[in-house]
Amino acid sequence: MAKKKFVVGCFEDEAVLFPAVKKVRAAGYKIHDVYTPFAVHGLDHAMGLRETSLHTAGFIYGITGTTTALSAISWIFTKDWPLNIGGKPHFALPAWIPIMFELTVLFAAVGMVLTFCYLCQLAPGVKKHHFHPRATDDLFVMAIECTDTTNTDDLQAFLQSNGAIELSVQVAEEGWWFGRYDNENVPFQNKEIVAA
Amino acid sequence: MASIKMQFEVPAKMKTWSLALIAVGLVALVTGLVTKGFSADEHEQTQFWGTLMYNSIFWTLVCNAAMFFIGVTTMAMGGFQQSFRRVPEAISTMVPIFGAITFAVLMYVIFGHKHHIYHWLDTEAVANDPILKGKAGFLNPVFFVIWTTLTIGLWSLFGWRIRKLNDQADGEPMTAEEGATFIYKNTVRAATFLVWFGLTVGSTIPWLWMMSIDPHWYSTMYSWYTFASSFVSGMSLIALWVIYLKNKGYLELTTQEHLHDIGKFMFAFSVFWTYLWFSQYMLIWYANIPEETVYFKHRVQGPYKGIFFLNLIINFLCPLIILMKRSAKRNYTLVAFMAVLILFGHWIDFYQMVMGSLSKEHVTLGWLDFGILSLFVGLMIFFVSRALASKPLIPKSHPFLKESIIHQV
Repeated sequence: MAKKKFVVGCFEDEAVLFPAVKKVRAAGYKIHDVYTPFAVHGLDHAMGLRETSLHTAGFIYGITGTTTALSAISWIFTKDWPLNIGGKPHFALPAWIPIMFELTVLFAAVGMVLTFCYLCQLAPGVKKHHFHPRATDDLFVMAIECTDTTNTDDLQAFLQSNGAIELSVQVAEEGWWFGRYDNENVPFQNKEIVAA
Repeated sequence: MASIKMQFEVPAKMKTWSLALIAVGLVALVTGLVTKGFSADEHEQTQFWGTLMYNSIFWTLVCNAAMFFIGVTTMAMGGFQQSFRRVPEAISTMVPIFGAITFAVLMYVIFGHKHHIYHWLDTEAVANDPILKGKAGFLNPVFFVIWTTLTIGLWSLFGWRIRKLNDQADGEPMTAEEGATFIYKNTVRAATFLVWFGLTVGSTIPWLWMMSIDPHWYSTMYSWYTFASSFVSGMSLIALWVIYLKNKGYLELTTQEHLHDIGKFMFAFSVFWTYLWFSQYMLIWYANIPEETVYFKHRVQGPYKGIFFLNLIINFLCPLIILMKRSAKRNYTLVAFMAVLILFGHWIDFYQMVMGSLSKEHVTLGWLDFGILSLFVGLMIFFVSRALASKPLIPKSHPFLKESIIHQV
């Protein structure tokens, strides 16, 4: 629940944003986040974000759903309350597969939505700080986290020299719950990407 | 693009290997023709022609699926496939060749009066059978011949028109207007192909060629099932050629990102195939009506039990478990392995679809099947590599090529 100070730079073009992101990181500053009006391909790599583990969580929720369905139905139809349905065997696997499938989807979907909300610190009643209203319209907004030693004037000048058209210093609350993942600051290195 | 290798040259080794495969196949074909095709025993004859049938139909549909891939990605305004689009184009040049073989085999079956394969050819039996009489408007030699000719002819023609149009992309860079016209023309030609594809592979052709082997039985799911089978194999074949060319140092613009998308197609359509497999199976299992279960009786409980469930393991469980991870779809070795496995799995699937109805008591899988398979694989490698070498590998003036170069998943 700590209040933090951010230097916010706004960019008008992706083509300006990309080199700026790389330079800011190479200079050792920590980018809190970049807010864009649409999904920008390759920005996650430029920002050095790690691969999300949301899909792994989804897989685990999914198989939990499958197991729940299979164990529940098989226990009900073979042990608890066996019924003769159309002369089919009590353990009628083909008939259960649609239900197992549905529960897999249900568990995976609901679980992933909740996990996503937790990771993004979203919940009913939570007010998130907006760094710039035009981030949802046509502006690329970069928020840089300040430490005790950050000189905000220098940083603003640095951003301006890299093409930022609007600058501000804002104090905002970040996170409302424990365990929020706070990625470490890895400076940008111009590594050669080996294709294939 | 000075440093990019635009021209594929067929390596001598590849040519030798494809010719060797064709030679093995021809030996198997001739031996099979002498020992089985000309045999007095109807079962032997049926096995020989059935084997030719399912192999030729399988390979025609798989190669046609490559043109289907171009068609759908064109209609979806897709750009990512442009850097390797010459590969599906080259594969689709096989449609006239394999189509002609299929046509010859089917015509022999019809006019050689092989009513052990197509029971509905037996006019006497049809006359005394109310069910077959009711289907006579669809299942008769005249309609069969006309529809088969039209199908193979129009697949070849529409595919050729799309490939022909895309020769323009090898020329000078286009202006904005020229590019827009080019894309519009592509869309129209792809749409024409897709409509015909839907009318044939999506509905009538699998019913006519394969389902009518069991003339009393029917499943509306059958054509989609066949389509799913052929499309996932087609994607695997494209993946194999792309990986082969990458290994040889071609297709520099095609990266892991493109492989990832091909892998996704393989994964997704394996699951789609399973969905259709299961929908067809479960409804018939649930209703348990004798005229419907007759199709599954000897497959699930008879001699085809092993192949039937092996089919499900290879084509569903393996892709599901192995290809699920992102890193697996970006791994050339793993995708190549899965592509071979999926192609083999769906070949086995076609085997049990055709031979499971022709030879109900015995599983006949043996030297003849693998011999004929080697003939078709040899022909495919020989002609596809030649088609690849006949054109630049990268459509350098295609308006969407840049989109493909910067493609990222």
